[in-house]
Amino acid sequence: MIDSFIIPLLKIVIVLNATLVAVTYMVLLERKVIAWAQSRLGPMRVGPYGILQPVADAVKLMLKEDITPTRADKWVFTAAPIISMVPALIVYAVIPFGPEVSLFGRKVALYITDINVGLLYIVSVASVGVYGIILAGYASNSKYPLLASLRASAQLISYEVAVTLTLVSVIMMSGTLSMVGIVDAQYNQHVWYVIAQPVAFVIVLIGGLAETNRAPFDLPEAEQELTGGFHTEYSGMRFALFFLAEYANMIVVSSVVTTLFLGGWLPPFPNTAVLHFLYYVPSWMWFFVKSFAFLYLFIWIRATLPRYRYDQLMRLGWKVLIPLAIANLVVTGIVKVALM
Amino acid sequence: MATPTVHHGAMFDTDELVINMGPQHPSTHGVLRVVLRLDGEKVVDCDVVIGYLHRGIEKLSENRNWTQIVLLTDRMDYVAAATSNVGYCETVEKLLQLEVPRRAKYVRTILCELQRIASHCLWVGTHAMDIGAMTVFLYAFRERELILDLFEEFCGARLTYNSMRIGGLPQDIPPRWDKKVLEFCSIMDSKIDEYEELLTHNRIWLERTKDIGIISGPEAIGLGLCGPALRGSGVPRDVRKDEPYSAYDEMEFDVPVGTRGDTYDRYLVRMEEFRQSLRIIRQAVNGLPEGPIVGKVPRLIKPAAGETYHAIESPKGELGYFIVSDGKSTNPYRFRVRPPSFANLQGLRRLVRGHLVADVVALIGSIDIVLGEVDR
Repeated sequence: MIDSFIIPLLKIVIVLNATLVAVTYMVLLERKVIAWAQSRLGPMRVGPYGILQPVADAVKLMLKEDITPTRADKWVFTAAPIISMVPALIVYAVIPFGPEVSLFGRKVALYITDINVGLLYIVSVASVGVYGIILAGYASNSKYPLLASLRASAQLISYEVAVTLTLVSVIMMSGTLSMVGIVDAQYNQHVWYVIAQPVAFVIVLIGGLAETNRAPFDLPEAEQELTGGFHTEYSGMRFALFFLAEYANMIVVSSVVTTLFLGGWLPPFPNTAVLHFLYYVPSWMWFFVKSFAFLYLFIWIRATLPRYRYDQLMRLGWKVLIPLAIANLVVTGIVKVALM
Repeated sequence: MATPTVHHGAMFDTDELVINMGPQHPSTHGVLRVVLRLDGEKVVDCDVVIGYLHRGIEKLSENRNWTQIVLLTDRMDYVAAATSNVGYCETVEKLLQLEVPRRAKYVRTILCELQRIASHCLWVGTHAMDIGAMTVFLYAFRERELILDLFEEFCGARLTYNSMRIGGLPQDIPPRWDKKVLEFCSIMDSKIDEYEELLTHNRIWLERTKDIGIISGPEAIGLGLCGPALRGSGVPRDVRKDEPYSAYDEMEFDVPVGTRGDTYDRYLVRMEEFRQSLRIIRQAVNGLPEGPIVGKVPRLIKPAAGETYHAIESPKGELGYFIVSDGKSTNPYRFRVRPPSFANLQGLRRLVRGHLVADVVALIGSIDIVLGEVDR
């Protein structure tokens, strides 16, 4: 009873809440880090150093008038933010934050579930999120959001091809689609896959940026061109859902990259006798530090780089990343066969 | 503008999409309205609609006396108000055949060049912001602030300066002001490198600006482009060199020109102008002569009947004033401004054709317009 029902439920509640809090604080972190990059202070008014800013933002967004444009497609317009938020949250079901640990004398796994097609699940659920953006642009019945949603669909689909192809080479290394299995494989092979698969790592990182609509690939919401892009017509909490979904997706991407390439909860050079002292650091700590590093990188990139143009973005996706992903796949296969 | 056309295809017909960029849009730098006709994301044609900020400055000036007009010129190019002041005062001095003391000329040169840097700071910030590099914007504004502080110390205002008088200066420079200007110059040197580090060799920046909006020298002249937009196409036209005013004939500086005439060249030209401006400021401050600051100005300014045209090089290009005096009244009979932004904006339609929506904002940024000056 406890093992099969209460503990999973508790885990879901904890992960869901932790995610939502992390997402809101991610927004604050981004504002702070970008402010520091630009020699400003960022939010300073709400609470000491602005740490209560997310609360103030949430209150503001909830109290705002929720406008539905007269000519919008009401049902789709309402459904779009939900469609983008839900996949971003349910992906967390398979992300392993740590291995099985004993807690209060009970063995507890630091992940909600470990399904044997975990990676496939993430890829497929993440691609559902695209519909949110497409439908938002379409349902708004407005020109700028329409252009933005066209951009978004083209961008997300083309980068998904590159990323998924690259993930195959990781699967070839690990021999499993389970997220926990992939970390275990890195443990058994004594190496993080970032060292074994550097090209794949770079492709997934770039593709991850593009899939989360982050700078320099933030075309669907290019403020300077499309006045806010697909969420131009949204206000209040519905706008906030898109916003939260973007940040939730950022956390997903950094967690996935951490799991696949940086050994998840494992310390550097896992399973090496000399470096055994590294295991004194709790496993989840390793995971969070690594994910945080990626999130920081995302913010840093946003503060530094200009934005790609639509056609250049497509060219990078189809002419550079996809051939590279295929080449990487072939080389991985050859090396694997040769080593066997 | 023609109505959108329908392209009849083999499988389905496609419509051209007409979208309104502006007058309220984050990247039109004010209240500019650009009606775009799009084929997908490609711009087939565009129509530039101006006039949202028209305040009738030219007509107003015909009902103000000569000294009061200085104040109105502030409101034209409000990011480079001092340049407009200088241009107007010099035109009236030309009409009055008034000799301005050398010290006043030197201070005018310093102010004009400080203003050029301030204006280019705003340009590099917004231009980079339009292309998505937002940090440059904040950096550039940080330095622009220093210039505004210098202006505040000189004349008390930070945006609309009213910093010039016919025949000279309203007051002498404050003590130690020249030292502060030199200090600013040494700060600015490294800051320009900082902007260039973020942009000049950045791959994305190169891809976004190279080969965008190419315009040849003869074509640019034909469209009446001026300032950096013209020099980017390789035409070495600079009023400061060609028809020197203030103390520019005593200054040593180069006029940077581009080669290909694309957005990147216009960017490089302005970046080099930053450095040349600093060079001029240093020379002017170090060679600042002593002496009076106002010439022999009559109590009642009433130029003899006649007309004159005088142009100066504002940060945006050739800023010209055409003034007619009837010799009887204490206000101009006709007052006409030739604003560089207005002339450069005429090139926009030619520049954006065939490019993508994202390039439109890059091109609006690259011709560097101020709507206050376009509409007057």
